[in-house]
Amino acid sequence: MSPEAAAALRKPRRRHLAQRLAQGLLRAMDQAQASESLAAGDGWLQGLDPRSKLIGALALIVSVVLTHSLAVVVGLFALALLLAWRSQLLAAGVCQRLWLSVLLFSGTIALPALVLVPGRALWQLPLPGWAVSEQGLRSAALLIARAETSSTLALLLIVSTPWTHVLKAMRCLGAPLVLVAILGMTHRYLFVLAQTAAQLFEARRSRIVAPMNGAQQRALATSAAGVVLSKAFWLSNEVHLAMISRGYRGEVRLLDDFHAHARDWLALLGALSVPLLILWGER
Amino acid sequence: MSDCVFELSHVSYAYPQQPALDDLSLRIQRGERIALLGANGSGKSTLLRLLDALYFPGQGELKAFGELLSEAALADDEVNFAFRRRVGLVFQNPDVQLFNPTVFDEVAFGPLQLGWSSDEILRRVDAILARFAIGHLKHRAAHRLSGGEKKRVALASVLVIDPEVLLLDEPTAALDPESQGEVVRFLIESRHTGRTIVTATHDLDIVEDIADFVYVLADGKVVGAGAPAEILADQALLRQTHLAHAHWHVAADGSAHAHVHAHRHQHARPIDGDSPEK
Repeated sequence: MSPEAAAALRKPRRRHLAQRLAQGLLRAMDQAQASESLAAGDGWLQGLDPRSKLIGALALIVSVVLTHSLAVVVGLFALALLLAWRSQLLAAGVCQRLWLSVLLFSGTIALPALVLVPGRALWQLPLPGWAVSEQGLRSAALLIARAETSSTLALLLIVSTPWTHVLKAMRCLGAPLVLVAILGMTHRYLFVLAQTAAQLFEARRSRIVAPMNGAQQRALATSAAGVVLSKAFWLSNEVHLAMISRGYRGEVRLLDDFHAHARDWLALLGALSVPLLILWGER
Repeated sequence: MSDCVFELSHVSYAYPQQPALDDLSLRIQRGERIALLGANGSGKSTLLRLLDALYFPGQGELKAFGELLSEAALADDEVNFAFRRRVGLVFQNPDVQLFNPTVFDEVAFGPLQLGWSSDEILRRVDAILARFAIGHLKHRAAHRLSGGEKKRVALASVLVIDPEVLLLDEPTAALDPESQGEVVRFLIESRHTGRTIVTATHDLDIVEDIADFVYVLADGKVVGAGAPAEILADQALLRQTHLAHAHWHVAADGSAHAHVHAHRHQHARPIDGDSPEK
């Protein structure tokens, strides 16, 4: 064995980019499967009619966007927490993962507001000497709270409702057929393509004998993405033929077997009253 | 009513880069069980797609149920509806065919497109799921099914409309032996239904079970036709079309030679009411 190869073997091994990508794709598929089992649970939200849930979630998200009061947003976040708890979604850990990602993303966007928004100075940052204003702090807090609350409400809808029911509810509420059909098939074929990509990365990894540098790893990932895209193109043509073969003529038809009960109407009424109350209160 | 389901006269079809079918002529009668035998790339799948009016001949004429099958004819909703109601194609790759989020949606897709009533759809879907013993998978997502389960769902999704003609593209490909056995059993049982079945395959082991007549394809042409026993006995034809089934025998000195043959089973007694094989 050459000294270089021996040194490469002695070095602490970082996980290969292909390996990380393959594992990431497989983990995403596992999480999607886990969320399907959550939707089949017997929690409070799972028992509601998907149409009520869809309209209710939209009404509450609109409320979060409409209000300028941090206290109201925090109140709506508390409501989302209560719904998640009553629907056994808090223990599953899906909310916690979302909160961290949204905090990092919206926090990065909100950070400059601390020093850019003029107002009463609260304290001075030591190195550049910029002042953090009270108004800036409130703006940043409102932005983060809105992002966290809206995404939590959207997540509650998705994890408490089978994706097919979300699509059917969208169609029942007048969403365009093409949009619903595209969303349905995208969800289905994401798994096929993710599986293909994961297998492709594993196959590549099994044939890599020498350590690869960063550029080589990136080239490998890019070429794999190209292969997956070309497979996606082939698959889309084949799927279209399979649909035509079974009578598809451009119009997607769905069975509407939803049944709204009294508690669905109550939940809907409650959710719709929130934005109206906010509009009335903040006149 | 004409007994001829499909009639192809001098049909040719080419993909942008390569020809697929070349001057092909054949007839398929009502109730026949046909095997399209050929190696990979021989044109079997293309022919099935022509029979299902997904592709149309570049040259020649294709008639279905006595009527000319063309893109212009299928543009008419009524003609299209009638044709799709009578002909069903099971694709080789079930991932292509299972495009709906759940098994129930998948099986209900065809009937929904054909405009059946909700009650009728629910009744038919439940019946076909029970027929294939996949009722427990009803609300399962397609990507969570095994290969054998996907194939059964694909079959159910086509058979739910009870088509007169069933086209199958490599139905046993990439299946484990048990799942292969289930598909073959279904095809054997189908001979009593009077349904016309056209199966594209290169699996010589199943040909005698699933077909009464065989067309052998090579390079987009029909190079042989006859009863399964005749075709399987024609070693020269099987070798020429790369279909010869070979076992390798290793001699004591380590050299290997191919032992080419077809599997044939002869029963001394009638089985399930059949007449004994000659």
